[in-house]
Amino acid sequence: MNANLPFDKAIQRPANPAMRRALRLFSWSSALRQAVLIAACFLVLLPAYFMLATALKTPEAYSLSKFSFPTSPTLDNFNAALRGGRFVVWFLNSAILAISAVAVSLAVSALAAFAIARMRFRGATLFLGLNTALMVIPPVVMLIPLFLLLTNTRLIGSYAGAALVYAGLLTPFSVYLLVNFFRAIPHEVIESALIDGAAPFMILLRIVLPLSVPALVTLVVVNGLWVWNDLLIALILLPRDDLRTLMVGITVFGSRYNNDVPVAMAGMLLASLPMLLVYIFGQRYFIRGLIAGAVKG
Amino acid sequence: MLRTSRFIPYLYLTPAALLLAFTFGYPLIAIFDFSTRRIRGASGPFIGLENYRQVLNDSVFHQAVAHNAHLLLAVPILLASGLLLAILLYERPRWWPLYRTILFLPYMLAVPLVGIVLSNMLQRNGIVNEMLRAIGLNMLALDWIGSAGLALWSVMGVIIWREMGFGMMLFLARLQSLNEEVTEAARIDGANWWQRVLFVTIPQLRGVIEFYVVISVITMLAWVFSYVYVMTRGGPGNATIVIEMYLYNFAFRNALPGIASAVAVILFLLTLGLTIPLFRLRAQAAEEDRA
Repeated sequence: MNANLPFDKAIQRPANPAMRRALRLFSWSSALRQAVLIAACFLVLLPAYFMLATALKTPEAYSLSKFSFPTSPTLDNFNAALRGGRFVVWFLNSAILAISAVAVSLAVSALAAFAIARMRFRGATLFLGLNTALMVIPPVVMLIPLFLLLTNTRLIGSYAGAALVYAGLLTPFSVYLLVNFFRAIPHEVIESALIDGAAPFMILLRIVLPLSVPALVTLVVVNGLWVWNDLLIALILLPRDDLRTLMVGITVFGSRYNNDVPVAMAGMLLASLPMLLVYIFGQRYFIRGLIAGAVKG
Repeated sequence: MLRTSRFIPYLYLTPAALLLAFTFGYPLIAIFDFSTRRIRGASGPFIGLENYRQVLNDSVFHQAVAHNAHLLLAVPILLASGLLLAILLYERPRWWPLYRTILFLPYMLAVPLVGIVLSNMLQRNGIVNEMLRAIGLNMLALDWIGSAGLALWSVMGVIIWREMGFGMMLFLARLQSLNEEVTEAARIDGANWWQRVLFVTIPQLRGVIEFYVVISVITMLAWVFSYVYVMTRGGPGNATIVIEMYLYNFAFRNALPGIASAVAVILFLLTLGLTIPLFRLRAQAAEEDRA
């Protein structure tokens, strides 16, 4: 302790360190701050509680009280929701679409971004400008021609058609993010490979991409979630029942079990699990992608 | 820069260009063409601006536009709540990483999921009304989704619930890149919390705030289909119909792609008009970031 401290100040301090910490922490302004944050968290968590508590209730318990804790929890609602394996089918459809769309868009975007970031050619700025402008156009605008085009080429109601549309919709953001990332790679790294006589494609594959893993992970998380969460495109381009994605599936499911809320909530809980997992493990990458898409460049 | 022969860069660009031409290029040209035709099935005769005349004279379209305009009310609410939460978190109160994780959670959840869960909560005999009755606010226990006067407000509330975390995270990220010395200097000069927020913090966030406002305006005008589709399908009656829902109904319910394309053109030009300030603000925000 500082020996120059005035004596009276030193004795005002509570001797007990825990007590001292408690006193320092408590102030009206910080209590108010905590209250606002806790209230906001309550509003966010209430639906989560509702979903979980309701999913564990019998219809009778639910009709008696919505807020109460499930006193005698039941798993019947989950059995009812899973019956016939429809959730599994929807999961698989969503997964197939998300994986293929993300893979295709990542491949074409990496090639294009490499050329824009690392080669000098006419039209590079124009291409990047157009590409960036496409990022805010809502997909609903393009949907009618795409629907007619896919119908005419018999690609409607096929994974290939929908995956291609999704891949295209993801590409502007992917190109944009990767160009920024590729530009930031110090050119000494690339130059040393050039001296070793590497061809441009090898430089992309062996040097640029391995150095861009954080950006690639961000794209996989953000884009994968985008496809996984989309309703509109799947609703229109995949009209067959056996090709329903999870989002179309739960929308139908939610209205079918409109009067059996516990089963509907059990279904919603099942459907939210993959997103929650991505959130818990991929939060960092998701936030990074979000900020990169919004603020930079 | 790599030195390559002249055509090599275009080779790298081709796959992306083809994909973008398929999903954006062709459709954006085609809607202009379709919007001037009376289409049954795949094509139809040229009828000039007849489709536009019909859309612009349709009272349901007027309602849809008015509803999108109504949803713009969510923008100031989103802005204020996002800013408040970001500033509170930035001061690193106890448990702030936990609060951040919880408050950002809704934005990660899919719109259909959020829409279904919250619609169930807002039912006439749902949990929200049960809680309102429990604390004696019986007169507030209303039919949130089923009555024409309230449904749009409920949709707006759900949009705010899910989108709030996005603004918060955006502002928080910007705040964390700011120089703390300025705020510290204001504190030493005796500025209180409100003064520091209003005159020091918010002016420094100007770029990202403007950007967020434009993004949110675009969202309210052209990205709310899933909320409406899942919660109300545009009903009761046309009480929650929005431009996208109107387009969807004409294209895929009434099978009138010509009229729907005219709506698509209008929506496209609207977002394009808003994209120009967005570009300017984005460049500005990047400039501030570098500074």
